[in-house]
Amino acid sequence: MPPPVISVSHLGKSYGSTVAVDDVCLEIHKGEIFGLIGPNGAGKTTTMECVEGLRKADRGTISVLGLDPRRDLAALQHRIGVQHQEAQLQKRIKVWEAIDLWSSLYPRVVDTEVLLARLGLEDKRNAKFMTLSGGQKQRLFIALAMIHDPEVLFLDELTTGLDPQARHAIWGLVKEIRERGKTVFLTTHLMEEAERLCDRVAIIDHGRLVEVGTPAELVERHCPERRVVFTSEGTDAAERLAGVPAVRSVVSEGCTHTLRGEGDDFVTHVINLIAREGIQVKGFRTEVPTLEDVFLKLTGHGVRD
Amino acid sequence: MLNGFWKLTWVEAKVFMREPMGFVIPLAMPVILFVLLGRSLSFGELESGSAVEVPFNLPILFALIIALQAVVSLVVIISIYREGGILKRLRATPLSPVTILSAHVFVKLAFTVVSLGLLVLAGRQFFPGAMDVQLPSFTAALLLSTLSILSLGFVIASLVPTSRFARPIVAAFLYPMIALSGLFFPIEQLPSPLQIVAWALPTTHAVALMQGIWDGSGWGAQWGSVVGLILVFGVCVGISTKVFRWE
Repeated sequence: MPPPVISVSHLGKSYGSTVAVDDVCLEIHKGEIFGLIGPNGAGKTTTMECVEGLRKADRGTISVLGLDPRRDLAALQHRIGVQHQEAQLQKRIKVWEAIDLWSSLYPRVVDTEVLLARLGLEDKRNAKFMTLSGGQKQRLFIALAMIHDPEVLFLDELTTGLDPQARHAIWGLVKEIRERGKTVFLTTHLMEEAERLCDRVAIIDHGRLVEVGTPAELVERHCPERRVVFTSEGTDAAERLAGVPAVRSVVSEGCTHTLRGEGDDFVTHVINLIAREGIQVKGFRTEVPTLEDVFLKLTGHGVRD
Repeated sequence: MLNGFWKLTWVEAKVFMREPMGFVIPLAMPVILFVLLGRSLSFGELESGSAVEVPFNLPILFALIIALQAVVSLVVIISIYREGGILKRLRATPLSPVTILSAHVFVKLAFTVVSLGLLVLAGRQFFPGAMDVQLPSFTAALLLSTLSILSLGFVIASLVPTSRFARPIVAAFLYPMIALSGLFFPIEQLPSPLQIVAWALPTTHAVALMQGIWDGSGWGAQWGSVVGLILVFGVCVGISTKVFRWE
């Protein structure tokens, strides 16, 4: 296995008496989208900015592309691209001026026309920053972060405050970036975003890393329970389903029956049995736990608390 | 990186010029006030062969106002940029911190020169004979003064909590300095503690330098003021590197 693109070990950072990041260890590999997830104030941005070299860690070591972010900051800045949380540009700077300025800062840059077109900003070249929508602003920040064709992209709360449509568009763009072989390190407090976008996630809470893994792994490990909820007018439906392998409990309220069980095959077993028994079903849905449930279980509180 | 500096300076200049309140009004206001006040005080009108004695030097007052406006504008911009994360975003590029801030200083100095140019043009139009100063020398004196006061502006910019309060706070800091600058009465008439304060302020040395150049004495006679301005600059830059906040 090639060495990780980003390696963080025992990172610690305090602001005065407040511990922002405590003993965080991470490894991020080439070509993956890695998400640091947690509520606001959990230490996501601090961790990311230490890795970017914008902040000095109190403890621990960080290596990005084999470089020390503080010592080799100048060299690193040519190989990474960053987007900050809730960032702004000069209100009256035009899109092309920002692109032009950023282009002048790096020895080698991509074709900016192609970049703008890919990000859907080609019609906005002459628009002032203040006139752009939230989604357009974020796409411009992605453009600025990618102008020098960096190997690693840092995206901090990229879709916060965007409407669902703009959010989906941005997710598509980030996946495209991964497909070109780039490594993406992002933070989010949106569990849906982490689940849909990230290859692996790390859950951080109160500055400490709680868990790392793929979203599916984490769900499997911490919330293996599956639920099937169906409605049937037959009175004995619940009893007939009690024999499903791996079923743990059946709760019936009127015509609505909730079956709980574990394992990937559980839902299949239930469907098979319903078919075999010829039970008349009016409604049927499955409830698979999400990263949000994992988060709740591991931290004892919701991500928006 | 010089390329980056000029690009950034040019972008900042363009962005600044697109700001109607931030550009046109500060440019026009001193000129209009100068002309109006000059007329009502009969500045420069010949009476019995010599110019009327206005109790203080009107062009120097307005040159100082131009310098102070540049500083207020810089502090406001810095606080807005800091609040919006613009400074932080620029710092995450290969631009050096000094380059980022120098671009702003350069824009402000250029703005100062343009403002002074307009002031002198208007003065020569409305008060012929009263504005025959050595312009290059006076411009240099104003620029040195502005640079020194700007360095104090960076210290103030570090103290300003949010952009909303930037303008009132910096104005409250700077404009009272005009009263102590020696423009309206000699510093020696102040009580001695205030004299010490006055000599620690860049505005006092700025007025002394510009007054000297205006009166036609050379730079050699102004070395005290020049040293004062450079000392303030050095001290303030030193403090700024310690206390300046990027976010």
